Amino acid sequence: MRNKVISVEEAVNLIPDGATVMFGGFLGCGSAHKVIEALAKKGTKDLTLIGNDCGMATGPNGEEFYGMAKLVHNHQVKRVIATHVGMTPDVATQGMVDKTLQVDLIPQGSLAEMVRAGGAGLGGVLTPTGVGTIVEDSPLCMGKQTIDGKEYLLMKPVRADFAVICGHTIDKFGNIWYKGTTRNFNTLMATAADVVIAEADHLVEIGDIEPENVVTSGAFVDYIVDGGKA
Amino acid sequence: MEKSEIKGFIAKRVAKELKDGDVVNLGIGLPTLVPAYLPEGVEVILQSENGIIGTGSKPTAEEADPKYKTDAGGQPAQAAPFGCYIDSATSFGFIRGGHVNATILGGLEVDQEGSLSNWIIPGKKMPGMGGAMDLLVGAKDVIVAMEHTAKGKPKILKKCTLPYTAVHCVTKIITEMCVLEVTDKGLVMTEYNPEFTVEQIKAATEADLIVSPDLKSMC
Repeated sequence: MRNKVISVEEAVNLIPDGATVMFGGFLGCGSAHKVIEALAKKGTKDLTLIGNDCGMATGPNGEEFYGMAKLVHNHQVKRVIATHVGMTPDVATQGMVDKTLQVDLIPQGSLAEMVRAGGAGLGGVLTPTGVGTIVEDSPLCMGKQTIDGKEYLLMKPVRADFAVICGHTIDKFGNIWYKGTTRNFNTLMATAADVVIAEADHLVEIGDIEPENVVTSGAFVDYIVDGGKA
Repeated sequence: MEKSEIKGFIAKRVAKELKDGDVVNLGIGLPTLVPAYLPEGVEVILQSENGIIGTGSKPTAEEADPKYKTDAGGQPAQAAPFGCYIDSATSFGFIRGGHVNATILGGLEVDQEGSLSNWIIPGKKMPGMGGAMDLLVGAKDVIVAMEHTAKGKPKILKKCTLPYTAVHCVTKIITEMCVLEVTDKGLVMTEYNPEFTVEQIKAATEADLIVSPDLKSMC
């Protein structure tokens, strides 16, 4: 079988300027920190980021720029599609004051389902969430529909050029087991990008994860980066 | 009432709304104080929208594992022994699908139509709605727990002026002054804090208040 394991440098070299990249994680919990760090170091620019949030300006152990926060801080991002950016003041500064960053805020449940739809071949999501709010004006909202007397918003499916996800334990086929609350958007994004890069906190041999415990099949994963803790 | 007592007073009253076995999602801030006031024999199943059904007790410094286990505010959290970890689509399917009995959250403005604004102040702050819009639409009971006024200005209005988080969704408003039920006819005051007169409460509220004929003390 093809060897999927590449270095972190090889991984970020796959991602060109102007790429649309979805990042798993929730306020940095479950984000692919090694790949993000390397992307920040390389200076890849004009990125469109899709994620629950942009990480945190300060991490849980005092880390400076946790998760995607550093990419925004470095002005490597031209557009953010997220649900919450309150923990990264750089987004508000660049979005509202400097006006150099386009920010599209989407309800969390809608974004999750839009990514799922993108990965599942569906043409959109009908959700009651956001009816009567400014979500109706989002470029990702295709209007309102009434079904059995109830109003719904039709939200577009979301896909990306790349998904950068992270798992606690990943085998060399790319099968992933997640620890704690790190599943969040990782499992969904694994299905919704042309190229999926998975960072392994612990890289193990095929067979080390019981098939019953595989959450994301390695069939979704194109490349694996060894996070180096095995 | 001392300023420092207000949040605890509101949380204590909110706790009476919850029944044993209810699935509950708590917003950040004041709502997180509610579980401490649950009466004896009432246990609720807490949900954290980032991926826990059955959130457990706050981890000790030794248990805390924020690289892998947090709540929706990014703080260390863990599943209870009966709990489980889920992905975001499952989490919001759970929320939107009507499996959450109550969500308790704060508000910047709430109006007599039961609409709530709590996610953005245009031009000033854009934190994002996160999971709030889904919770308001999906939870069976939406309880707004907040101080009655902000810097002396009413927060309970005829109509919200800030962008809505969701419309026609709030079921109850609980403040340090009173308990308001949202009905088809408008806001009905069912309980009040006897430290205030009904007239004082009306004066602190822009919305029209209907005083229940069975008005009770909330203490």
